Amino acid sequence: MNDILFGGFQALLAIAAAPLLLGWVDQCRAWLQNRRGAGVLQPYRVLRKLMRKDAVIAHGASPLFRAAPYVQFGAMCLAAAIIPVVSITAPLAAAADTIALVGLFALARVFIALAAMDIGTAFGSLGARREMLIGFLSEPALLMVFFTASLICQSTLLPTIVGTLAHRELVIYPSLAFAGVAFTMVLLAENARIPIDNPATHLELTMIHEAMVLEYSARHLALIEWASALKLMNFTAIGLALFVPWGLTAAAAGPQGLAVGIVTTSLKLASAGVALALIETVSAKLRIFRAPEFLATAFLLAVLGLLVHQLLGS
Amino acid sequence: MRERFPDLVFHPLPGALPATRVETTPTQLVTLCRSVREAGGRLVTLWGEDLRDEGLGFRLCVALDANDALILAELRLSADNPVFPDLSGTFPSADRLQRAVRDLVGLRAIGGDARPWLRHGAWPTDVFPLRRDAPASSPAAPAEYAFVRVEGDGVHEIPVGPVHAGIIEPGHFRFSVVGEKVLRLEERLGYTHKGIEKRSEGLTATDGARLVARVCGDSTAAYAWAYAMAVESATGTTPSPRALQLRAVLLERERLANHLGDLGALGNDAGFAFGLAQFSRLKEDLLRANAAVWGQRYPMDAIVPGGVRGDVDADAARMLTANLDAIALELARLREIYDNHAGLQDRFLDAGRVSPELASQLGMVGLCARASGSTRDWRNARPVFPYTHDACATVTRSQGDVAARVAVRFDEAVASIALCRGWLAALPAGDLSVPLGTLGADALGVGGVEGWRGPVFVAVRLDAAGRIRRCHPHDPSWHNWPALEHAIIDNIVPDFPLINKSFNLSYSGHDL
Repeated sequence: MNDILFGGFQALLAIAAAPLLLGWVDQCRAWLQNRRGAGVLQPYRVLRKLMRKDAVIAHGASPLFRAAPYVQFGAMCLAAAIIPVVSITAPLAAAADTIALVGLFALARVFIALAAMDIGTAFGSLGARREMLIGFLSEPALLMVFFTASLICQSTLLPTIVGTLAHRELVIYPSLAFAGVAFTMVLLAENARIPIDNPATHLELTMIHEAMVLEYSARHLALIEWASALKLMNFTAIGLALFVPWGLTAAAAGPQGLAVGIVTTSLKLASAGVALALIETVSAKLRIFRAPEFLATAFLLAVLGLLVHQLLGS
Repeated sequence: MRERFPDLVFHPLPGALPATRVETTPTQLVTLCRSVREAGGRLVTLWGEDLRDEGLGFRLCVALDANDALILAELRLSADNPVFPDLSGTFPSADRLQRAVRDLVGLRAIGGDARPWLRHGAWPTDVFPLRRDAPASSPAAPAEYAFVRVEGDGVHEIPVGPVHAGIIEPGHFRFSVVGEKVLRLEERLGYTHKGIEKRSEGLTATDGARLVARVCGDSTAAYAWAYAMAVESATGTTPSPRALQLRAVLLERERLANHLGDLGALGNDAGFAFGLAQFSRLKEDLLRANAAVWGQRYPMDAIVPGGVRGDVDADAARMLTANLDAIALELARLREIYDNHAGLQDRFLDAGRVSPELASQLGMVGLCARASGSTRDWRNARPVFPYTHDACATVTRSQGDVAARVAVRFDEAVASIALCRGWLAALPAGDLSVPLGTLGADALGVGGVEGWRGPVFVAVRLDAAGRIRRCHPHDPSWHNWPALEHAIIDNIVPDFPLINKSFNLSYSGHDL
């Protein structure tokens, strides 16, 4: 019972704090560009603004178009309940393993891509096509990263993986180093960040994720924006759990342990945000046909991690 | 030209810009155009005039940029059947100009593209706004516009605009693509047609200056100077060297401001937002200095017929020079960052290439032409004071890609700073403004300067009372918009915004 309460709290925390992480990354980007920035709370203001507006929906839209934002947001919330963010004990961790997690991300992607094509504008199909190109290349790379960790820990369940990794002695595992780089690349691609996509662009012809959601407004758009922020949170949390697992608490640690877990996780998320902003500031966006090369490299690195583990056993 | 056409009578026009006017027959016009073209000249613009109230029917004016002088060829057309020979075979960019002349004045080219260009159904097909007897208002007559269709397996169309996701000017782009590869791009412009030429009718020369300076906000100095030059040519006025030098300072600052803005925007369109933040800051400093000296960030009323408004005293000159020094320093450092950024160079290099052959065939002008091997720059080719004394270095690149257009902008920005600093350090004495002289017999005047996009040209005809009878401002974008359609071919769709930005052509100046 305690476990469930504990886990539920951490999932809600992740959902509530997701826009904050996005705001922090944007703020860091602004600072790095010598701009003042809109503040870390800006994503919340955007959500509030969108929630207050009336939704406008295209005449030809099918129920799928209305349902997709809820499906996407739901999938991301479910993922947040699977991933150990603050505590190793996630409420639904036993119900779904890493492979199911990748499937969950794919489900959200498929729905939003279908919704983009549903209203039949040129940009929707354009974005959906590009999103699928990115998706079918990043998913195998992500799976390979998970497999590397799974092989080390002999399990595909995230809590088991994280628990095992956190309790090993502090040495550098070459296999995890490869997997870590691969995961970072996948994170950039999956979350529509530079160098693959530009979340801040207003140029409709270059968009990937934004092109798919151009026709959404008000609460639907708010849910999509929130889901995107949550996706970034989920990916960052997965990365932190796999590659810097220290500081995560167990349910048994009680409220005090939870507080420690929240503080360490916040610090880790903040550092990850700075790193993400730094990567985005120093790079330009790739030509879209370089994206397959980028993701193929990620896949290759993940496979190398797997091989290194098999050959060296580390 | 005189030797080649002994049967034509060339009348030199007074004024700073060396120009001659010549009356031709349709056949003579065609041969004249061909021989100008063969000698390496190009078309500047063409426009129509309604002279029926003088009993002279219509007149088509064709401004040609021949090597020795500007030729203004005039062709009389009958009142009941105003047709003229199609010139688009000789000058490809004449096509849209001819369509605009038909939409506005009702003069038809025989053959050629029959589709409207500036008329978007805001007035019916039988109404021509620039005719003297055109009704003040007419019912809207929306019509379908037939885009050229590309047929083939897997070919589909992407319509973009006129309303865009960002806050930019309206234009429609119809892409025919296979996957991400662009097979064909067709532009449709004219969404910002405001009827500026019609509005100018009957204005005094001074009011006309205010209007023409607002044709295209980012080129206000170029338009205002070209217009002032045209009025001065029609009235036989010569401004003081001080006024001319201050005009040149304004023109070069305008070039610098736009180049800074574009360089930042080009970085941003390649996903390098750092560049936008830095260049925007530099541009903002420049505009604030403008506001401090001339009272306007984009000084729209600083250049007036007869001279300039607002002096630059020693203190202001020192402030402007210090501002330019600071920009020059940062510009050099930012250029290093751009040049050494692998990701940025990967986006810039080889994107949107226009070969020098194609550029000269299409008759491209200005900055984009100079990125494709041209050396033509009116500051050198048609210099007026102070360019006659301080020649500006001609910047040219031959690769014709986005990287070349970026490099030309960097080089021109540096050259503009050097010119401005020299002029500010040694401003000659003289009146800021002199009264306009008396009107000539048929008070036609032309003026043109190399704005930051390319040569901006203005022709003005004043009536006996000194009011504008016909004013035709011409933007260099007319010649470069068609080149953009070629630049994108075989590139991928997501590279279009970057390529488009590297051209950065005017909508407002084109649509008038």
